[in-house]
Amino acid sequence: MLIPQENQLSFEKSGPGRRGVKLPASRFCKKKPLERIPDLFKRAKNLEFPEMTEPEIVRHFVNLSRKNFSIDTHFYPLGSCSMKYNPKINEWAASLENFAWVHPLQPESSVQGILQIFYELEKDLLSITGMDRFTLQPAAGAHGELTGMMLVRACHAARGQGKRRKVLVPDSSHGTNPASAALLGYHVLELKSNSRGRVDVRALEEHLDEETACLMLTNPNTLGLFEEDILEITKRVHQKGALLYYDGANLNALLGIARPGDMGFDIVHLNLHKTFSTPHGGGGPGSGPVGVKKHLSPFLPFPLVEKQAEKYRLVENQKESIGRVKSFYGNTGMLIRAFVYIRTLGLSGLRQVSENAILNANYLKEKLKKFFPVAVDEPCMHEFVLAAREAKKADIHAADIGKRLLDYGIHAPTVHFPLVVEEALMIEPTESESKETLDHFVEALAEIAQEIRQDPEKVRQAPHTLPVRRPDEVLAARKPVLSYRDQVRERILLAEGISS
Amino acid sequence: MHYQPMTENDKQEMLKQIGVVSFEDLLEGIPTVLRHPQIQIPEPLSEIEVQSLLRKIGFQNATVKDHLSFIGGGSYEHFIPAAAAQIAGRQEFYTAYTPYQPEASQGTLQALYEYQSLMVELTGLDVSNGSHYDGATSMAEAALLACRHTERNKILVARSVHPHYRSILKTYFEATPYRVQEFGFDQDGAFHREEFARLLDSETAAAIFQTPNFLGRLEDLDGIEKDLHSAGALFILSAHPLSLAALKTPGEWGADIAVGEGQPLGIPLSFGGPYLGYFAATKALIRRIPGRLVGMTKDAEGRRAFCLTLQAREQHIRRERAASNICTNQALCALIACAYMTLMGKEGMREAAEINMDRAYYLRDRISELPGFSVSPKNPVFNEFVVQSPKPFSEIENALKPQKIFPGIGLEPFYPEMKNAFLVAATETKTQSDLDSFAEALRKC
Repeated sequence: MLIPQENQLSFEKSGPGRRGVKLPASRFCKKKPLERIPDLFKRAKNLEFPEMTEPEIVRHFVNLSRKNFSIDTHFYPLGSCSMKYNPKINEWAASLENFAWVHPLQPESSVQGILQIFYELEKDLLSITGMDRFTLQPAAGAHGELTGMMLVRACHAARGQGKRRKVLVPDSSHGTNPASAALLGYHVLELKSNSRGRVDVRALEEHLDEETACLMLTNPNTLGLFEEDILEITKRVHQKGALLYYDGANLNALLGIARPGDMGFDIVHLNLHKTFSTPHGGGGPGSGPVGVKKHLSPFLPFPLVEKQAEKYRLVENQKESIGRVKSFYGNTGMLIRAFVYIRTLGLSGLRQVSENAILNANYLKEKLKKFFPVAVDEPCMHEFVLAAREAKKADIHAADIGKRLLDYGIHAPTVHFPLVVEEALMIEPTESESKETLDHFVEALAEIAQEIRQDPEKVRQAPHTLPVRRPDEVLAARKPVLSYRDQVRERILLAEGISS
Repeated sequence: MHYQPMTENDKQEMLKQIGVVSFEDLLEGIPTVLRHPQIQIPEPLSEIEVQSLLRKIGFQNATVKDHLSFIGGGSYEHFIPAAAAQIAGRQEFYTAYTPYQPEASQGTLQALYEYQSLMVELTGLDVSNGSHYDGATSMAEAALLACRHTERNKILVARSVHPHYRSILKTYFEATPYRVQEFGFDQDGAFHREEFARLLDSETAAAIFQTPNFLGRLEDLDGIEKDLHSAGALFILSAHPLSLAALKTPGEWGADIAVGEGQPLGIPLSFGGPYLGYFAATKALIRRIPGRLVGMTKDAEGRRAFCLTLQAREQHIRRERAASNICTNQALCALIACAYMTLMGKEGMREAAEINMDRAYYLRDRISELPGFSVSPKNPVFNEFVVQSPKPFSEIENALKPQKIFPGIGLEPFYPEMKNAFLVAATETKTQSDLDSFAEALRKC
């Protein structure tokens, strides 16, 4: 594969006098508006943007794109990220002029189609999760978590339970859970998992008290294991007057199979960019709708969508609402994609998503455990974790194995997470992959396992086939160069013989 | 299922290899009472049916393309070069994950680095992050940063800042020990200097301004930097990014943090999202900036390379001690903005800013001639301004409906004292005849 090696910035390709667009030449005002305002308001410094023509710019970016791994080009078994295929019909729909060019402040009567999608998508998500009401506003999973924790706070405050300032999370939880709780000033306490990687009900019992606001759980957890005691857990948490928060990052295992609402969760966030196939875009935009049980719905952010007399309406009259969490109504474009996905798959298709995701994961786990031990060797859900403990003796870490996989044209699994497993390789194949792809992945890991014994240096130094190898992250953090202007400044300092 | 390659044969073979009889055996960890719930979802549709359904639903929406629209208020109809959409549509960008594996993500990483570089130029500040959810949430994060940085608990915000942004600030702050105080604006829509000065005290962590503000007016921020810094507070400024190609930058005003809505930089309206929160700051705040930062470094062979950096600020490393909980951001929107700004280039950006002003000033002059309507002709604006109307906005809106004109946004719901006033935006997308016919239609209202 010929990957472009060239790495000049657009700024460095700039040629004075070149331009990439042509704008209207005509001006309607007799006197230039810039001459009608005081100098005080004007930009003094020239805008030092690149000067390039359209063909140069297109080649620049297309060649950049070729340096990426992506779902459309590679297998991406990244645990807890559900890197599944993003159907093109979703993109087609979201880019229709009748959705893409609707202004958020148009009169309500002129946006009935979008409101209908909001309304129907909410109903679908309610049924899939077993909750009573959803807000579609949050822009990503972590934003959903923050919204969810605001709901926890508002609910306890309304019950006169403001003293509840403690949030429990398992030690296998995603980093966003403690970070979201801490952002609202909650004291976060980590629960140690039991030997089978699950919540230890006794440890939970010890930490549950009158000051506990909430338990945040991912189920199946980040080891890909279903919390068998979930009904006992939710019962005990509720008995102490605390709430249960469901991190929906791993919902891809449960479509049509089990519902967080039935398990006893009070609040749920979903990552539409995981389970519901909206593209990851190199790190967003996502969408993180939040669902709640009835007793929490008065606190949901406004506006909500209601249907009254065959008209869809945006309603803002909830007195106890926590308020708005996103300008306008959320990441509409992502909501449309998720809606199309659910309509395309229907209930039978959604069930098949989870069944095939679970089947693929168990198949891989069975095949791979010959080479690397499984953290907890039990039937898994949609993902599982291998522990590359043995490789460590050869001074090879999980991250090295991930990097060596890149040479096989396979994206690295999630590495060194969850933190409870030493040298973790967290693998989520998703339902989008064929048995042939999985078998190829098994062969690649088998070869790497052999290399670890016979040619460890090759693994330690990987990858060998990509445009760069092992960027120096320590240097990047010690002497941050974060923009072209930093580069220029650096060069000037160097020229003057001064080291920054 | 056409998105899932597994056949019945594959399934049987895999079950055999796993060593179970049926799929159900793999669910043994799930209590039986929970398994296979009743779910109400419509039957699957073929792609032909989906296309026709979505077209049908789409027709229930009017758009700014089939109407003549003068609606702004934080989301603007701007020109998007076809090449920008094509570049962003490259599926290698579209379907990639967050660039945690730098070797497999140099494309996304370099593009984000270029985005940061362009935003640094545009805002006149030292550092830009890789994006935030939207203008409003990046403003709330900036306010939280200021409280933590100064160890103070009060944020001042101009009432002329976008009402949604203030509302979100309130939502975020109500859940924290910090508080927000607002200062008003005068008859011309400029923030109230005396009121601001009165509220500024030793508890103030930062003050937030927006220019052009929600009423379209450019704020005179001369001296604000001195007032705030001598009080030990930070200066947070939100600006329409395209305006900064011609108008004074946050850096030039002396702001510590620039936040705002990047939607005007090549992103379609999409009924409010996905958009792009930009976030830039001075070097002094570099280790407190929320969200992702891409840095330039060298690889093991001494070649130029890009990677995520200063990750010790972030949740996946620091967990409850992180600078913010943000994880997924709006990377693809940042990439679109990067392609847009590169295409517009040095001259194009400045011209686009000038054309926006040209269209807005022309329209304002036209409306000022209309009997009954009034504007503030001396107010410095960018592409939006307030019109005082002889009758309630709803009547204007209804009167123009048959002509397929969206006249703007009524201001009374946001500012109850602003009876019969509405906000009109005119961007580079409008022709002279668009503007003339709008003015003529208003005359007949």
